[in-house]
Formats: sequence, structure tokens, C-alpha cells
Amino acid sequence: MQTHEAKRVEITIEAVMETRLTNALVKAGVTGFTVLPVLGGSGRSGQWSREGQVSRARGMVCVVCIIRPERLDALLDAAFAVVERHIGVVSVTDCEVLRAERF
Amino acid sequence: MDGILALAASNLLSPIILFFALGLLAAFARSDLSIPEAIAKGMSIYLLFAIGFKGGASVADHGIDATLILSLVAGLILSFAIPMIAFGLLRVMTRLDVTDAAAVAAHYGSISIVTFVAATSVIGSAGLSSEGYMVAVAAVMEAPAILSALWLIARYGKSAGMEEGLMREILLNGSIVLLVGSFLIGWITGAEGMAMVAPFIVAPFQGVLCLFLLDMGLVAGRGLREARSVLTPGVFLFGVIMPPIGAVLGLGAGLLLGLSTGGVVLFMTLCASASYIAVPAAMRVALPEANPSVYLTLSLGVTFPFNLTVGIPLYLAVASLVTGA
Repeated sequence: MQTHEAKRVEITIEAVMETRLTNALVKAGVTGFTVLPVLGGSGRSGQWSREGQVSRARGMVCVVCIIRPERLDALLDAAFAVVERHIGVVSVTDCEVLRAERF
Repeated sequence: MDGILALAASNLLSPIILFFALGLLAAFARSDLSIPEAIAKGMSIYLLFAIGFKGGASVADHGIDATLILSLVAGLILSFAIPMIAFGLLRVMTRLDVTDAAAVAAHYGSISIVTFVAATSVIGSAGLSSEGYMVAVAAVMEAPAILSALWLIARYGKSAGMEEGLMREILLNGSIVLLVGSFLIGWITGAEGMAMVAPFIVAPFQGVLCLFLLDMGLVAGRGLREARSVLTPGVFLFGVIMPPIGAVLGLGAGLLLGLSTGGVVLFMTLCASASYIAVPAAMRVALPEANPSVYLTLSLGVTFPFNLTVGIPLYLAVASLVTGA
């Protein structure tokens, strides 16, 4: 099976910033992404869990984008402008996709 | 005085307070008891709908007067002003920096709608009624404190601008839309509309409130357990002395406006409560450098239980004494 190189960008960010991030991605031309709920975790800002949150203030979401390598810089610039001051993690990994024309 | 003490005791032994205490104890004991997220959300929607609709129907029943407008203006002014007092106290009593102090102050200028709902339940049990438009006062007191906090930051710390779209998000957050929308529908449909939905929003109300407060007890208890380190003596003390200070301002405003005893209690409760839904979300966007553990633990883990167990009966007792009810 023919596969093609791509980049997988995973951005874990505060739930209140989700729309701002996805709007910035769309503005940068990244129209394909998946938003996943995050159940809980631990990091520099302490431990947290989605259970029992009465406010979206403490919730987190994960935005996953798979894009062609040449579009990575534009995506990271757009994402960084939103996430810079906020709690979260941005990671980039190499991956392969089957249908390159979709990315 | 004996009557007031008996009322305070009966409040502490009411089902809503006991369910809240059960939630707190379960959280402290690390029980796995939990209310599913979707059910908790459904109950909060139910309570907002019920309290908004009943308020609107009450206004339709009693009519409107100048006091309604003046109450809204008073709520607006107090919501802007209370963060200034809270900020000053925090800077004197704690070692919080300007950003954290301003973020906490914003929570105390805004309101807790659950505390308001609990207070309506308590005054109802005491046989008192209140002005239906207090629901609208609660709605207008949600957002102004956020602007006060941003002003405080700009005045005493680094500049913090209002991000594009943030004010629209705050003013149109789901709780406010549902509360105000239900209030307006209750007002428009009046007694006839009330008769249609009463079996859904009157009889089951106390039971749903009990379950909701059980969940709030669990959330508050777990929050306190996990964030004990941020609760220095000064921060904790602020969480219990700021509510009575706000309540005194609410008492003055309520008396000047000539509200009923129940209305005065609700105004005191609004001024004494601290937000833990709308303002924390706004602070995460506008002031991400502020530590959410501090303001969430204070408003939800300290001030909310204080108001529920000690504050509301105290405000009821003081308002009854002052108004001679």
C-alpha cells in the first residue's frame, strides 16, 4: 500500500481556548482537525480531572491536525499565537497517511 | 432572637444543606461517589429554568415599578465596586500578587447563582417572599466585575486588554441566556404559563436542588482536598470575611431600595456570593497568568460552603432584625 509522509500536530489546551485555536487554524488554512475531550492529567499547573468540574475554566481539550510537512510552519505560527500564554502542550510527530490528497 | 436561632438551626438541618454536607464528607473520605457530568449539567439547566421562570411569573403577577430599574442599577454598581474592596483586602491580608488578587476580586464582585437558588429556598421555608425581579438583578451582576478586574490589573499591574469576543461570550454565556430567557418567558406568560409548567418546576425543585448540592459538595470537597496548599491563613480568612462585607453592602442597598425582607436577603446573598462558573472561564481567557487553583478553591471551596451553611441564615437573621419581619 502506498503511504505518504505527513506531520501530526497535537495541541492540548484549555477548553476555553478551543474555539480561538480552531478559528486561528482555519484562518491559517488548516481546515482539517479533530477535537478530543481530555479526561485528566498532571503537569506544571498541578493535577486535574474532568470529573466534577462545574466550570469550563479547568477543562482541557486536545486538537489533532494531520498536515503535509510544508504546511507545518504556518500551522505552528497560528497555534503559538493562541496558546503562548496558556496552559497546554504542543507536540509534532512524523506520521504516514494513505490518501495524501486529503491533507 | 430565639425565633431567629431556631430558623438558623432548621436551615442547617434542612435537606439541601445536609446533602451538601454529605457531598463534602464523601469527597474528604475519598469515596467514589460521583454525579455523571451530563446529569449535573441537566440539573443546573433545570434550576436556572425554574428560578428564571418563577421570577418572571412573579413580576407578571405583582407588576413592575421604579424599584425594579433602581435594583438593576444598584446591582450593576455593586458588581463594579465590590472587586475594588476585595482587591484592597487581598493586598493587605495576603501575599497574592496583583494578577492573582485582581482575578480573585473579580469572582467576589460577580455572583453564584446556586447560592442565590439556595437562598430563595431558605426564605421560602421561612415563609417569606421576595421580588421576582431579583433574578434579573442576579443576571446583571454576572459580568461587570470582570471589567473591574481588568481595570485593576491595568491600574496596578501590567496592561490587560479585553480580548475581542470575550465580552460577548460573557454576556451570552449559557447560564445568563437561560436565566434571562426563562425570566422573560415567565413574565410574558404570567400566571397562565406558570400553571402549565408548575408540576415540573415547583414540586420537584427541592429534590433536584438536593441532588445538585450533593454534587456541589463533592466538587467543593475534592477541590479543597487537592488545593490545600494555596489556602494560606490569609487567603482562607479572606474567603470567610469577604462574604459578610458584601452582604452589608447588599443590606444597605436593599434597605435604600425599600425591598421586602426576602428581597433584602437575596440582595445580601448576591453581594456575598462569589462566582465559580462564568468568571473563572473569563479569567482563563483574559488573565491566563492568574493561578486558577487560588480563585476556584476560594470561591467554591471556602465561600460557597460558608454562605450555604453560615452566611444565608445569618443574612436572613440580620435582614429580619433590621426590617422587623
